[in-house]
Amino acid sequence: MEISKDKFKVVGTQLEDAEKISKPSLSFWKDVFVRFRKNKLALFGLVLLAILIFMAIFGPMMTEYDYKQNDLANKNQAPSSEHWFGTDDLGRDVFTRTWEGARISIFIGVAAALIDLCIGVIWGGIAGYKGGRTDEFMMRFADILYGIPYLLLVILLMVVLGQGLGTMILAMTITGWINMSRIVRGQVLSLKNQEYVLAAKTLGANTTRIMGKHLIPNAMGPILVTMTLTVPSAIFTEAFLSFLGLGLTPPLASWGTMANDGLPALRYYPWRLFFPAIFICLTIFAFNVVGDGLRDALDPRLRK
Amino acid sequence: MAKYIGKRLLYMLISLWLIVTATFFFMRMAPGNPFTSEKQLPPEIEANLNAHYGLDQPWYVQYGEYLLRILKWDFGPSFKYKSQTVNDLISEGFPVSFLLGLEAIFLAVAIGVLLGIIAALKHNKWQDYTAMIVAVLGISVPSFIMASFLQYFLAIKWGIFPVARWEGFMYTVLPALALASTPMAFIARLTRSSMLEVLANDYIKTAKSKGLSSGAITVKHAIRNAMLPVVTYMGPLTASILTGSFVIERIFGLPGLGAHFVTSISNRDYTVIMGVTVFYSILLLVSILLVDIAYGIIDPRIKLAGGKKGE
Amino acid sequence: MNKKRFSFLFSILLVLSMFLAACSGGDDNADGGDSGDGGSDVEQNLSVNINTEPPSLHPGLAKDSTSGTVLRQTMEGLTRIGKEGTPEEAMAESWEVSDDQTVYTFKIREAQWSNGDPVTANDFEAAWKWAIDPANQSEYAYQLNYIAGAEAANTGEGSLDDVGVKAIDEKTLEVTLANPTPFFLELTAFYTYLPFNSKVAEANAEWANDAGDDYTTNGPFHMTEWAHSDKIVLEKSDTYWDKDAVKLDTIEMIMVNDPNTELSMFDNGELDWAGAPTGALPLDALPALKDEGRLITEPIAGTYLYKFNTTVEPFNNANIRKAFAHAMNRQELIDNVTQGEQLPAMALVPPTMFPENEEGYFPDNDMEAAKEYLEKGLEELGYSDASELPAITLSYNTSEGHQKIAQAIQDMWTQNLGVEVTLNNQEWAVYLDSVHALDYQVARMGWLGDFNDGINFLEAYRDADGGNNDTGWEDPEFQELLAQSATETDADARQQLLKDAEAIFMDAMPVAPIYFYTNNWVQNENLKDVAISGLGDAQFKWAYFE
Repeated sequence: MEISKDKFKVVGTQLEDAEKISKPSLSFWKDVFVRFRKNKLALFGLVLLAILIFMAIFGPMMTEYDYKQNDLANKNQAPSSEHWFGTDDLGRDVFTRTWEGARISIFIGVAAALIDLCIGVIWGGIAGYKGGRTDEFMMRFADILYGIPYLLLVILLMVVLGQGLGTMILAMTITGWINMSRIVRGQVLSLKNQEYVLAAKTLGANTTRIMGKHLIPNAMGPILVTMTLTVPSAIFTEAFLSFLGLGLTPPLASWGTMANDGLPALRYYPWRLFFPAIFICLTIFAFNVVGDGLRDALDPRLRK
Repeated sequence: MAKYIGKRLLYMLISLWLIVTATFFFMRMAPGNPFTSEKQLPPEIEANLNAHYGLDQPWYVQYGEYLLRILKWDFGPSFKYKSQTVNDLISEGFPVSFLLGLEAIFLAVAIGVLLGIIAALKHNKWQDYTAMIVAVLGISVPSFIMASFLQYFLAIKWGIFPVARWEGFMYTVLPALALASTPMAFIARLTRSSMLEVLANDYIKTAKSKGLSSGAITVKHAIRNAMLPVVTYMGPLTASILTGSFVIERIFGLPGLGAHFVTSISNRDYTVIMGVTVFYSILLLVSILLVDIAYGIIDPRIKLAGGKKGE
Repeated sequence: MNKKRFSFLFSILLVLSMFLAACSGGDDNADGGDSGDGGSDVEQNLSVNINTEPPSLHPGLAKDSTSGTVLRQTMEGLTRIGKEGTPEEAMAESWEVSDDQTVYTFKIREAQWSNGDPVTANDFEAAWKWAIDPANQSEYAYQLNYIAGAEAANTGEGSLDDVGVKAIDEKTLEVTLANPTPFFLELTAFYTYLPFNSKVAEANAEWANDAGDDYTTNGPFHMTEWAHSDKIVLEKSDTYWDKDAVKLDTIEMIMVNDPNTELSMFDNGELDWAGAPTGALPLDALPALKDEGRLITEPIAGTYLYKFNTTVEPFNNANIRKAFAHAMNRQELIDNVTQGEQLPAMALVPPTMFPENEEGYFPDNDMEAAKEYLEKGLEELGYSDASELPAITLSYNTSEGHQKIAQAIQDMWTQNLGVEVTLNNQEWAVYLDSVHALDYQVARMGWLGDFNDGINFLEAYRDADGGNNDTGWEDPEFQELLAQSATETDADARQQLLKDAEAIFMDAMPVAPIYFYTNNWVQNENLKDVAISGLGDAQFKWAYFE
């Protein structure tokens, strides 16, 4: 076949075209957002979370009842048009209490998870990355904290600090971060010898950069999963602490305490357990799918 | 390796000593004493009791005595259960909790890992979603609620299992399931997420492009590397599950060790608090050591023992 | 959708558990022994729940109701509380009381320990002195303080030889009391007064630690198995002097500490009894059980009350205390919260001891009076309105039941008196510590009678610094009346003195009584003649299945 010269034309260099990228340019976060939006399940989770938060804010105002007002004559009523979720053993409206409790439980779940995340990631990250003596010292400290009887710690905290939200969050996080730090440390130990980390090191990246840009993002999967476990365990630890007198003082409601109170009534008045339990499940479900969606969206390897 | 383990054993002793010390002072700082009761004892009698149990001694004498007892592995008599020593309590309760714990760990790991692998391989298909829903339920329904549910439906309503107590294999199924549910769900989630991570890695893609079937890929590469967080989580879990759970034992009426962790503290039963704490801590420290050793086996790149330079 | 998800989970679990069950193969030794009913030969095997491991089965060391429940079946004291609730002859076949009612001479009957040794007066002397001896750390030795010299010997001020209990011969026991004690024959049925086999105890100081040859008993049943924290098995004793009256062959006492599980096991036929006095029923089950007509309720000698700290404002003012005590709707609380058909308490001593206390000293739910007292109290303290009162804290110890009651009463006080009340929940030992140290404002407490006499409820408030007062209240007139009652030998006159003392107490109101306890339980319909005493203790000596 013959190729004739006149089929070609010199167009010269066009500066503006040289820099042109045919795919629209996206910043990192915009890209994440675009990919997150494509994930139907994650989007659903986000909407669910929005609804739950909306209800936590406005739910208690939707009824004529007060979350703490007893009505002994109408105790343990099944759900009806009068009381949408029924009433509890002191005749309080479960619907109102559920959303009143949502405020506290979601707040506590998220707060505990974030605190655990911060401490856990930093502690575990440093231990794993530095290794050697530092690792030994930091992880043995965590072991010791884990070995001291928790109930004893809680009793002492109660005696020394008195009851209140601050004490409760302290009690919750005092050992809560340890699991997270172990998981992070394990991941960092495994990742830090991988080629790209070695490459970054060779290129002179400092520790903070390696941790922030390479190690932690690559350990995000297990971190997010651990976080989703932290939320429900914080919700129930709150119930346990409240039961011991360290957390909320009744008649304040939370999902954990409502589920705790409702459990013995399972066979007789199941709605007292069912409603708080189902909303705990929904919240965890929402956090899980949003977390998964975020992880997928953040993972550069899944980029198409 | 031997040198590393030797060093770790030494650290273990130090950790144990610190745990014992902290527990000793915390328990003596907590208000009340073993003789606190609704009907108060006459002061002379209480003084006499304190003298008998050495509670009137200066703290360093008592502290030394506790350390000595631990060294001799003789924790002394229980304050509350006059007919038993702390060693009796542990040796009678532990086998029950141990058996149950083993069963629960087996269930949690076997089912959890399986669910996780299926979910990861069938990413975003119905199998994935189903596994996810099971896992969410497992994570958000704590063991004591799960226990009541299982007992109510499987034992009381449908009569498949006995309601409670400890008289044979059938009696262990429900408590083991209840104990296993949260770890199982968590393990499933962890496995799924790290499998996904691993599956996206270049070496898996390489293996695939070399024509290895996806079954072989999972077994050979992915699972092994995905197990790291699971193993990490298993360390402390093993220690706490093997020493029993207060609520599960109460709901199913089991004579396990778990109850003593709670009741000894509310009874201020000092010797029992010390005994179970030491026992639990040893299990905890050993299983954490095993986890660290397992790291090196799972991922040979991990070097714990040596310096920072690797080879 | 959610329901679906639940059933999905359960079907998975079901499949899984069936799989596991199949794996277990032949080891089907599981299914627990149902006591079969029907037929002419009724099996006489009783199965009850005692909740927890009994801390000690040594009569001198026992100090709790669980241990008491076991000991009451295996051991027998000088007297036993009979089916009618009054003390009757047991190890003592007869007794004589001196004119001043301070010397009791018991004649011990021909009876045997389970190993064949005879029961002697010496066994009683040895057992009581063992408990009194400070070297043995008996925490309940003060129950023996009615005996002359016992308190001194126990606190180390006197000698054991001066304690007023003496075996005159093999079969005669002479007991000298510190004061006339009209309820002494009740006391001799109490577990601290039980004997032990002094020969065995001498040979083996740890005889009471396990079932076996050394755990010799003289009661209707003998302990054959003690699996710690699991179960205790009792068998009918063939050396018991009154064995013809005993019809049960075995009693299995299991230790399950969860009310819901206990009731389920009962419904399953694995237990013949669920609830008080040996176990407990779930609160939420009570209405259903009542509707089914299965629930049995009996009043017992115990008072649930709120103590006021009379040393700090505002409860240093009697009118304020009265206002709070009046502003409770006890009946409503009982009907809706405690639900065990308890009796509203407007007096301190339970009606099982003072029958007229069913009425009490003031009407229940008397808001008019409450408001009047509040006005008066506020005036005396110099406040113009209830909202100016110092913040009021209601303390209770960690328990679901107490928490519910506290919430209900908090609401009543807020609604009726217009005061702000906060709740303070504390772990048991921490709680006791702060209540004993008067570090509270209002605190809940329960008092269950040790023996069937009003003095047991009143004497705690004799001295402000007494171990069980906890209110900081005392009154010389009250003290004087109690002192008189201690030497009064005429039963009616003594009762009147105690009532007068209670009237003074109720007028000062250092505690607000709330309700008198009841025992609630369900039992196998074929089970007959379980004796529950006025103190709420169970005896299975006469029990049988028909």
